[in-house]
Amino acid sequence: MLDTLILVFSQGFMQRAVLGGIVISLCASLLGVSLVLKRYSMIGDGLSHVGFGAVVVATALGFAPLAVAIPVVVIAAFLLLRLGESSEIKGDAAVALVSTGSLAVGVTASSLSGGMNQDFNSYMFGTILGLSESDVVLSIAVSIPVLILFILFYNKIFAVTFDENFSKATGVKVELYNALVAVLTAIIIVLGMRLMGALLISSLVIFPSLTSMRVCRTFKGVVICSALVSVMCFLVGICLSVLYDLPTGASIVLANIVVFFIFWICGKIKNR
Amino acid sequence: MALIEAKNVCLGYDGKDVVTGLDFEVQKGDYLCVVGENGSGKSTLIKALLGLKKCSSGHLHFLDGLKQDQIGYLPQQTVSQKDFPASVFEVVLTGTLGKKKLFGFYTKDDKRAALDNMAILGITELKNECYRTLSGGQQQRVLLARALCATRELLLLDEPSTGLDPVATEEMYELLYHLNRNHGITIIMVSHDIRASLRYSTHMLHLRGSQLFFGKTKDYLSSEAGRIFAGGESNA
Ligand SMILES: Nc1ncnc2c1ncn2[C@@H]1O[C@H](COP(=O)(O)OP(=O)(O)OP(=O)(O)O)[C@@H](O)[C@H]1O
Ligand SMILES: [Mg+2]
Repeated sequence: MLDTLILVFSQGFMQRAVLGGIVISLCASLLGVSLVLKRYSMIGDGLSHVGFGAVVVATALGFAPLAVAIPVVVIAAFLLLRLGESSEIKGDAAVALVSTGSLAVGVTASSLSGGMNQDFNSYMFGTILGLSESDVVLSIAVSIPVLILFILFYNKIFAVTFDENFSKATGVKVELYNALVAVLTAIIIVLGMRLMGALLISSLVIFPSLTSMRVCRTFKGVVICSALVSVMCFLVGICLSVLYDLPTGASIVLANIVVFFIFWICGKIKNR
Repeated sequence: MALIEAKNVCLGYDGKDVVTGLDFEVQKGDYLCVVGENGSGKSTLIKALLGLKKCSSGHLHFLDGLKQDQIGYLPQQTVSQKDFPASVFEVVLTGTLGKKKLFGFYTKDDKRAALDNMAILGITELKNECYRTLSGGQQQRVLLARALCATRELLLLDEPSTGLDPVATEEMYELLYHLNRNHGITIIMVSHDIRASLRYSTHMLHLRGSQLFFGKTKDYLSSEAGRIFAGGESNA
């Protein structure tokens, strides 16, 4: 078994997958802490569908997929957060609206342009084992600024997540930090789509923080634990998928689910 | 000179007035209670004082130097905070962020201020506890300590006793009185508890569409507004 793993991981496509996967998982889990705590869990899901729609339309029209998807998803992230504040359409309904709408647009566009081909499939279900050199470079180039921004503004993000009104009252630029989180989330989601596919990326955002919240009692603890859980689950998932020939994205999610239940039980035992 | 001066202030939403004709002054060291029925605009007034809302007409004047970041605020708790994983120390420290430059790393002074304020409120030994496992009264103390980190000048509180049992409520009021008396902190509090308001405050502001009463607490009872509003409840 070990031999198989060593053999597989010595190959270039696998090393690219691991490198790209680790940085994206790390960023997704960090942003996830803030989103989950603000009750925005479903935004990741909605945005990934917007990303899917944008990619399909861009491909059908002959544009570069990511160059179209990133700005579209950033705009969608702003709209969703704005809609969440207004009372006319409540947050979860707005997400569902945008999410199903973009799926419909995507599917229609793909059928008009000649049916589901390989590219659309790969955006739905991810192509982590097929990352190119430039995909990996892009992932890392985007992830590093995300990590740096997160660390620099860590305390402010915590304050705004915990209590927006108080932060506003004491002169913290709340809108700025909300916008920051929205933009970073949008970018990571679009990149993550390449890995996990539009269907599974939101679990990269949600699971690690939900898992850590079972046992951690401080914000810092949750953040650090989420990062570790996320990277570990990614590695376990990709190993499983190699060993047993399973779909990679789904294996990673399954690893996350197992760890979630382990933490959940630990939390129950600890609190008794 | 007055810390805060309101001159014929009107507040409203989308062009519809909620309260009109606000005329009052808050001096340093005052303890002002704002009372009135549901929807009379108390929270709206607090938002205006915090600078989260503009006056539709009139003038809110703050004493020079009393900037927005020197107001401590104790908002109503939101639902999501109930299961928020954070230690008490983490929460209290966020009170120091307002005064901050860009990034907001905590300095030694910030940490010392947070510890000092926790000592004043008697929650020093809760420092590493998880916020969500505390009782309602303890949580309010944590939020008060956080507010004190933002200011030593003026505290704004919107119904701080919501959700507290009678004992914790009483403790809360004693604590505020202590802060007002012994630390010279000016307090503006929205309250539905007319008895406690009369007992601890120096001034009362009564709202209903307009300003029914503003003045010293001892004059309030003999006023028209005070007799109607306090009459029923003080007998209860
Ligand atoms: N964001 C808002 N948009 C529009 N109208 C609002 C908004 N917030 C409050 N109002 C209206 O302003 C009026 C005053 O509200 P406010 O919250 O200030 O009352 P209050 O005195 O604090 O009441 P309570 O005792 O219930 O807390 C209400 O009629 C309310 O419907
Ligand atoms: Mg109110």
